[in-house]
Amino acid sequence: MMGKRSLIVFSALLSLITPMALSAQRLTLTGSSTIAPLALEIGKRFEQQNPGVRVDVQTGGSSRGVNDARTGLADIGMASRALHESEADLTAYTIAMDGVCMILHRDNSIDALSDDQIRDIYTGKIRNWRELGGADLQITVVNKAEGRSTLELFLAYFGLNNSQIKASVVIGDNQQGIKTVVGNPGAIGYVSIGTAEFEEQNGSPIKRLPMNGIEASTAQVRAGRFPLSRPLNLVTKGAPGELALQFIRFTQSPGVDDLVEGQFFVPLEH
Amino acid sequence: MILSRASSLYRWNIDRTLAPLLLLAGLLCTAILLLIVLFLSKEAWPVLANGGWRAFIADNGWYPREGLFGLLPMLAASLVVMLGAITLAAPVGLGCAIFLQFYSPPVLRRGFRLLLSLLAGMPSVVLGLWGLTVLVPLVARWQPPGTSLLTAILVLAMMIVPTMALAGAAALSLVPAEMISGAAALGMGPRSRILYVAVPAARRGMLSGVLLSMARALGETMVLLMVAGNVVQYPHGLLEPVRALTANIALEMAYATDLHRAGLFASGLLLTLLVLVLAGFAARSLRYG
Amino acid sequence: MAERLFTWTIWLSAALVAAALVWVIGDLVRLGMAHLSLDFLLSVPRDAGRSGGIGPILVSTVLIIGVTLAVALPLGLMAAVWLAEFTTRGNALGNAIRLSLDVMAGVPSIVFGLFGNAFFSIYLGMGFSILSGGLTLACMVLPVFIRTSEMGLAAVSDAWRHGASALGMTRSAAIWHILLPAASPAIGAGIMLGIGRATAETAALIFTSGYVDRMPESLLDSGRSLAVHIYDLSMNVTGGDAAAHAAALVLIALIVVFNLLAQWLTDRWLHRRLIA
Repeated sequence: MMGKRSLIVFSALLSLITPMALSAQRLTLTGSSTIAPLALEIGKRFEQQNPGVRVDVQTGGSSRGVNDARTGLADIGMASRALHESEADLTAYTIAMDGVCMILHRDNSIDALSDDQIRDIYTGKIRNWRELGGADLQITVVNKAEGRSTLELFLAYFGLNNSQIKASVVIGDNQQGIKTVVGNPGAIGYVSIGTAEFEEQNGSPIKRLPMNGIEASTAQVRAGRFPLSRPLNLVTKGAPGELALQFIRFTQSPGVDDLVEGQFFVPLEH
Repeated sequence: MILSRASSLYRWNIDRTLAPLLLLAGLLCTAILLLIVLFLSKEAWPVLANGGWRAFIADNGWYPREGLFGLLPMLAASLVVMLGAITLAAPVGLGCAIFLQFYSPPVLRRGFRLLLSLLAGMPSVVLGLWGLTVLVPLVARWQPPGTSLLTAILVLAMMIVPTMALAGAAALSLVPAEMISGAAALGMGPRSRILYVAVPAARRGMLSGVLLSMARALGETMVLLMVAGNVVQYPHGLLEPVRALTANIALEMAYATDLHRAGLFASGLLLTLLVLVLAGFAARSLRYG
Repeated sequence: MAERLFTWTIWLSAALVAAALVWVIGDLVRLGMAHLSLDFLLSVPRDAGRSGGIGPILVSTVLIIGVTLAVALPLGLMAAVWLAEFTTRGNALGNAIRLSLDVMAGVPSIVFGLFGNAFFSIYLGMGFSILSGGLTLACMVLPVFIRTSEMGLAAVSDAWRHGASALGMTRSAAIWHILLPAASPAIGAGIMLGIGRATAETAALIFTSGYVDRMPESLLDSGRSLAVHIYDLSMNVTGGDAAAHAAALVLIALIVVFNLLAQWLTDRWLHRRLIA
C-alpha cells in the first residue's frame, strides 16, 4: 500500500513544513486594524529597499498591539490612539494623524450641527430630523462598539458615557459605518475623515459635517485645527531593536508620505 | 453490526489493532472539545470565580467599560434569531430535500445539488456583505434602521437552508426503496408516500440536519455582526436591532482587557453550554423517537 | 387536488432557494465583474489589495484547505468507522463521543479562532501560520464530516457485512474494500460540507493563519485566506469594495471547483473499487 507514489507525496509534504533557511530577518507587527493596511504597504516598500528582510503584519486590535509589544510576542505594536497612563512603560512613535468627523447622508438637508445638538441626538433627546429643521425622518444613530479608540475619542470630546448613548446601530469598523449611512437617509455617524473624503470623491452619498465651524478635511487635520483627531502610533517596549528602529524611522520619513495619503491618513509634518 | 472474529487464516490479526486505533481517533475528538472547554474556562475564570457571573443576570445593560455586564438581552437575541431562522429554513429545506430526491428531473438534479452546495459554501462574510449592501437598505425603506432582527433571520435562514436540504436529501436517499414502493403498492399517492412514509423513515437523519443547522445558527458570527444592528437590547420587534452573543465576542474581543475579556470568554462558555443542552436534548429524542 | 398543491409547494421551495442564490450571485457579479481578470488571479496584491491581484492569497487558501483535509479526512473517517461499526446504540462511550461532536459543531467560529490561537499558535509554538489555521479548521470541520460519514456507514445494509464475514474477510478488509466505498456518497457529501465550511471561515483564521498577503514559502508561514481578504477589503480598507466583490466571485468559483472535484473523486475512486 505504501507505494513509491505515496512516498514521494509524503516527502513533498515534509519539505513544505520545514521552512526555508531563516537567513531572512523577520519583523513582526501586530495591533490596530486601522493601521494594518498602511503598515502592510510600508512593510512591502521597506522589504524592497532592504532585501533579506521580512515584515509580517497581523491584526487584532490596538489593545492586542500594546499587549504583544509588552510581552515581546511582536517586535512592534500598532495602536490607533495615544497611550494610556497605565501604558507608560512603553514608547510610542507617531507615524500619522487621523481625524474623526460626523457624517450624514448626502440627501439630508441639514448642513451643520452644533456640539450640543450632536450630544442631544446621541443621548436620544432629539429623535427626528424635523426637530432640527430638516425632513420628517427618524434619526438613525450610528455608534461604535466598545473598546474602539474612535468611540473613546468621541465620548471624551462630548463628555459622555457610553451608557448614556441611545444608538440605533452599533458598528465595528469604519467601512461598516459608511455602508450603514449610505443605506439610510436618516442616519448620522462618525468615521475617519480621510475615509469619508475618499468615499465622497467616489460618489458615495455621504457628506462630512464641520465641527465648530471648522471644515472636516485632512487639510485641517494636518494644520492641527480640527478638534477631533488621534495619532496613529507604533509602540515598543523600551528601546527598539536595530531593525525595528530602522523600520520606525522609515515609517516616519517623507519617503512613505504617498503611502500614508494612499490610506487616507494625514502624514506628519517633516 | 457484526462482532465476528478475524479469520484464523491470517497470522497477523489486523483487527485486533484496528478497534483500539479507531477508538483513539474518536477519543481524540472528545479530547479536542474538552481542551476547548478547558481553555474557555481558564480565560473566563476571573469573572466566574468571584460570583461575577451573577452580574450577567443582574446588571442593567452591557457597558463593560463602566463595569456593567448584563448579557441576558444578547442571550435572548441569539436564541430568537436562531429559532426564527430555523422556523423559516426548515420547511423550505424540507421542500428542497423532497424536490431533490423525488421530484426533480435527472437533468436538474445534479445542477440543483451543485446550487445547494454553492449556497452552503457561501462564506458568511460574503452573505453578510450582501445583506449589508442590498437587504438592509431595502428593509430600511420600510422602517429604519434596516439592520434588524428580521434581516438577520432572513440572511441566516439563507445560510442554513442548504445544509438542511442536503442533509435531508441524504437522509431520504437512505430510505429503502422497497418501503416506498410498498406504499405505492398499497395505493398511496406520491404526496402521501413522501409525507407519511419516506419522511418519517428519514426523520432521524433530518433531525440531525436540523440540529446541525441550529448549532450553526447559534454559532454564526459574521452575518449577525453585519446585519443585526448590534444594539444591546431585548428583541422586542422584528424591525428592531439586536446583538447576538457571538457578534458581541467578535465585536469587542480585540479591544477588551482583563475583566471585560474574561466576561467575553464567559459568554463563549455560555454559548457552548447552550449547544451542549441542545445536543443533549437531541440525543435523548433520537434514542426514544 | 392536494397532490397538485403539494407538487407546487415543493417546486416553489426549490425555486425560492434558487432565486435567492441567483439574486446574491447577480449582485456580486454586477459589483465585482469589472475588477476580475487573469492578472487579478495571478498577481500580488498592491495598495492594500485595492489593485493588483490575489495570487498569493489563493495559494494560501488552497494550502490551508489542504492541511484541513489532510488532517480531518483520516481522523474523521476513523472516528466515523469506529462509531458506526464498533458501537451499539446504547454504548455510553459512543454516545459521549457523538455528544461531544455535536457540541463542537455548535461552538462559535470565533471561539475556535481564539482556541486555535492559544493552543496551536502559542502553546504548540506554530505562530501565525497556515499549519495553525489548517489545524483549527480541521477541528471545526470534523463534527460535520464524522456525522455524515457515520450516517452513511450505518445505512449500509448488514447483508454486506454478513457476506464479507462469510467470505472470511477481516473486518478491516471489509471496511476498506466494501463498506467505505458503499458509503461514499455520504462521505462525499460530508467532504463537501466540510470544504464549504472551511473556505468560508473568517473569524477562526484571523487569529491563526493571520493577515500576511505575501506568497507563503512553507506551511509555517503566515498566509491570508481569501475569506479574510474579502473581510478586510470590505470592512477595513477604504475603497476596497470592487476588489472585495471580485474576490468573492473567485471564492465562489473555488468552492464550485472543490465541490466538483470532491464529487468526481468519490464517484470515481471509492465507487469504482466497489464495482471492479
